Amino acid sequence: MALLLPWILSIPLFSIVILLLFRQLSRNEQTLIALLAPIAGLLLLAPMIPDLLQGAVFQQQWQWLPVLGLQWTFRLDALALLFSLLIFGIGLLVIFYARYYLSASDPMPRFYASLLLFMLAMLGIVLSGNVLQLWMFWELTSISSFLLISYWSHRSDARKGARLALTVTAAGGLALLVGLILLGQVAGSYQLDVILSKGPQIIADAQYPLILVLILLGAFTKSAQFPFHFWLPNAMAAPTPVSAYLHSATMVKAGIFLLIRLYPAIAGTDLWFSLVSLAGLLTLLTGAYFALFQHDIKGLLAYSTISHLGLITLLLGLDTDLATVAAIFHIINHAVFKASLFMAAGIIDHETGSRDMRKINGLWHFMPVTASLAMVAAASMAGVPLLNGFLSKEMFFSQTLHQSVLGALSWLLPLLATLAAVFSVAYSARFIHDVFFNGKPIGLDKIPHEPPRYMRVPMEVLVALCIGVGVFPQWLVGDILLAASTAALQQTPPAYSLALWHGLNLPLLMSVVAFVAGIVLYINRKELFLFQAGFQSTLAIHRFEGQVQRLVQRCRQFSQWAEPGRLQWYIAAMLWAMVLLAGYPLLQLNSLQGERGLLPTDWFSAVLVVIMVLAAMATVIWQRQRLLALIMISVVGLMLSLLFIRFSAPDLALTQLAVEVATAVLLMLALYFLPHRSPKQSAHATLLRDLILAGSCAIVVGSLAYLMLTHQADSVSAYFLANAKSGGGGTNVVNVILVDFRGFDTFGEITVLGIAALGIYKLLTGIPRFKPSADADGRSWALDAHPLMLRVVSQGLLPLALLVSVYLFFRGHNLPGGGFVAGLVTAVALIMQYIAHGVDWVKPRLNLQFSALIASGILIAWLTGTASWLFGKPFLTSWFNYFDIPLLGQIELASAIAFDLGVYLTVVGSTLLILANLGKLTTRHKPEHLGQI
Amino acid sequence: MELLIAIAIGLLTGCGVLLILRGRTFAVMLGLTMLSYAVNLFIFVSGGLTAGAGAVLGASAQYADPLPQALVLTAIVIGFAMTAFLVVLAIRARAELGHDEVDLQKPNTRGGA
Repeated sequence: MALLLPWILSIPLFSIVILLLFRQLSRNEQTLIALLAPIAGLLLLAPMIPDLLQGAVFQQQWQWLPVLGLQWTFRLDALALLFSLLIFGIGLLVIFYARYYLSASDPMPRFYASLLLFMLAMLGIVLSGNVLQLWMFWELTSISSFLLISYWSHRSDARKGARLALTVTAAGGLALLVGLILLGQVAGSYQLDVILSKGPQIIADAQYPLILVLILLGAFTKSAQFPFHFWLPNAMAAPTPVSAYLHSATMVKAGIFLLIRLYPAIAGTDLWFSLVSLAGLLTLLTGAYFALFQHDIKGLLAYSTISHLGLITLLLGLDTDLATVAAIFHIINHAVFKASLFMAAGIIDHETGSRDMRKINGLWHFMPVTASLAMVAAASMAGVPLLNGFLSKEMFFSQTLHQSVLGALSWLLPLLATLAAVFSVAYSARFIHDVFFNGKPIGLDKIPHEPPRYMRVPMEVLVALCIGVGVFPQWLVGDILLAASTAALQQTPPAYSLALWHGLNLPLLMSVVAFVAGIVLYINRKELFLFQAGFQSTLAIHRFEGQVQRLVQRCRQFSQWAEPGRLQWYIAAMLWAMVLLAGYPLLQLNSLQGERGLLPTDWFSAVLVVIMVLAAMATVIWQRQRLLALIMISVVGLMLSLLFIRFSAPDLALTQLAVEVATAVLLMLALYFLPHRSPKQSAHATLLRDLILAGSCAIVVGSLAYLMLTHQADSVSAYFLANAKSGGGGTNVVNVILVDFRGFDTFGEITVLGIAALGIYKLLTGIPRFKPSADADGRSWALDAHPLMLRVVSQGLLPLALLVSVYLFFRGHNLPGGGFVAGLVTAVALIMQYIAHGVDWVKPRLNLQFSALIASGILIAWLTGTASWLFGKPFLTSWFNYFDIPLLGQIELASAIAFDLGVYLTVVGSTLLILANLGKLTTRHKPEHLGQI
Repeated sequence: MELLIAIAIGLLTGCGVLLILRGRTFAVMLGLTMLSYAVNLFIFVSGGLTAGAGAVLGASAQYADPLPQALVLTAIVIGFAMTAFLVVLAIRARAELGHDEVDLQKPNTRGGA
């Protein structure tokens, strides 16, 4: 049956997908699809219930990231069952209710999808058997809560409330994450089973206080405990079904669930009792007190929820096992009566257009059925006998009498509990009296009436449960309460009895006192309201928004400072960072000289290097005369390719040479579009500053190079040298590395090449017309655009160049050459035709789709790679063999040659796409009538 | 020889840095090209300087390190594509903005551009 667990989670997901895909469905159909999730969930759970009540635990597990202790574990025991039933049960009613609550203009799929996402997340928390997995679902509830609070995103209070709730709960979630990670480290596993069995070891650990505080931070923020309670009233901007579901019945119980879940592992210490009971007590009192002063019905219910959550937390902080039983019992009861009260508030809002209790009075005359239902639920909230709220409140009172958490002051606790109950009776009385009686409605926009018949059904179900549990507690919830408590405590709780009548005892007296005093308090509320009005209070939401605005302001200032929009500033900052990071370790060394033998200096290389350096400097000096600078930088590139030959890299020399030609053409074309001279711009100070930076870079990089050159390092290259022939079938190791050993890298690189070329193509389309008719000195372009000599020579060279490139291509695997070089040579040869004859001449003669060339190149390379899959080998495993062909002798055929063909095509396509398109612009923009501009 | 190469790498880097710190797009292109020369040379010599021993099996008694060569080979080609991209970006910027300065300038501070 454990196999069913993942399905419980996937069904909401299924409904979400359907809802989002088929937005055209009618409202009823959408509701049905949404209802499918909880109904199916309950049906899946049903067969497991008998076993679970006997104490069975179902578990299903998959490996995910075992190294990090991450397993997907679903774990269902009686406690999880209880919460799952609440989530599904109340979810079912809320979805049904929302069908009538939402107006026709509200987007329903989004609402139901968010609600189901929440349902899934909440189930995830409850069913997680791994604390990290639990945390992920925990954060998902915060996010779905954010989406639901901000559902009416056009309303400012909804947006602000959502932001506040997310900030508080997500911040708590981060604390929780740290706490859970530490907990997992101390316990040696993130699996819940292990953690629960390691209680004594965790408590004895030195990190226990930290772990506890962090986990409590997470739980208290989620469950709106003092001093983090302020987000909950602001979350009331959500549609009322959301308030009923998330912010009273389920999500705010997640924190409490976590405390109960981890109870055997982290509870039982003095620190736990003092922190948890204190937070619970303060929340209980502040919630109950402020609830009385709310004029908004939902505000009253929100503070009442805070107060009841405090009550449950306080119970968990009392040092008896029975208190935990009472806490679980109150979770059930509170969920039932508070959800129905929120539904009543929603109906009232729906039918009167207002939630202000100063306006809505005397509704008994307009909606007697709803009024009766709401009054029963409110009475349950106040703790009136025969209703479920009474039972758990009695248990609570009796537990406050049997504790010693406050030491010698423990007698205070029953007193304060009674005081909170007094307020709870008073605000319940206000809810009943102010809304349903107390004269006539004042200034309502419409005349209230009963809601649609079916809108009341969920309320009726819940109120029936209030009465049912209140009268027959043992029969209705006895079994599951016992099983859930056993699962929570990991041992059988002490004996207790769930009954309406326990005889005349102290808890009953406390109830009676609270009831009488509460009514008296409500009757004399005028004085109390006057007293409360004397306080200047800023709303939490305004303080929070102020903080947010300030933060945004700071961030803007910072980014304006860090991002001034000056490229030079950015580059300088990065380079200085490099100089410091790379320069500092150099300071720690004694000498740059290493153990490696030096190569004697020969005149040829020395001359090359000197010319190269001089040309580089000349580029800098003449950089404002751009054509001259271009020629100089080409000299640098030329010298570099000669150096490559000198130091045994013929492949590189060939590539560099070909690229040099292409780059020169490219920069020449660029000069056509850009000014030919730079104005003198830099101030002396700027120049000095840049010179210092350039000098520092030169020193650091040069020293690093020398350091590297004089030290011997282990290299993986020996492997490539040893295996190139036997594994890759080629003797040119550089080429074998490119097409075989590191073929996947090369595949990525040609893809980048193709993307760059396509990006350039896109950038050049629709470029504004820009027509220079003359150069910087006012000379117009040469009339004879295509000199005869060049035309003749280039035409003659073309077949030769193509032959050379074919030759280079085929010998590449064994001798210097290969796809890159061959591609560049071909491209350069074709570019020469463009230069010599112009685009208009070449275009009809060379009808090539360059982008298709790139695509086919990448495709061929990819197909070569995937072909090895057919033989059951990994991607890009190369194949080669030797064949004896008459007349030609022994021929080697290797799959690498096909891959190299892909490289070749991509290189040709990219280079031509770039240069030909750029060149085409000069033709298209060529002034037709010279001298007229 | 090693010292000479190291000095050359350093100077190329310095020239490249100086160029990319200029305020016009063309100088930045030149600087980037120069820097890629320097970087390619740097990576290439990370395998040590070897004369007369290409990485072709059977052609000589010892071989130069083939790995840096393979790295640099693709770097040269991609470097060209990236330079080209930058060039086209600069051309487009000139066409759209009417000037070839690299910095975003606020309208009130744009002077003798």
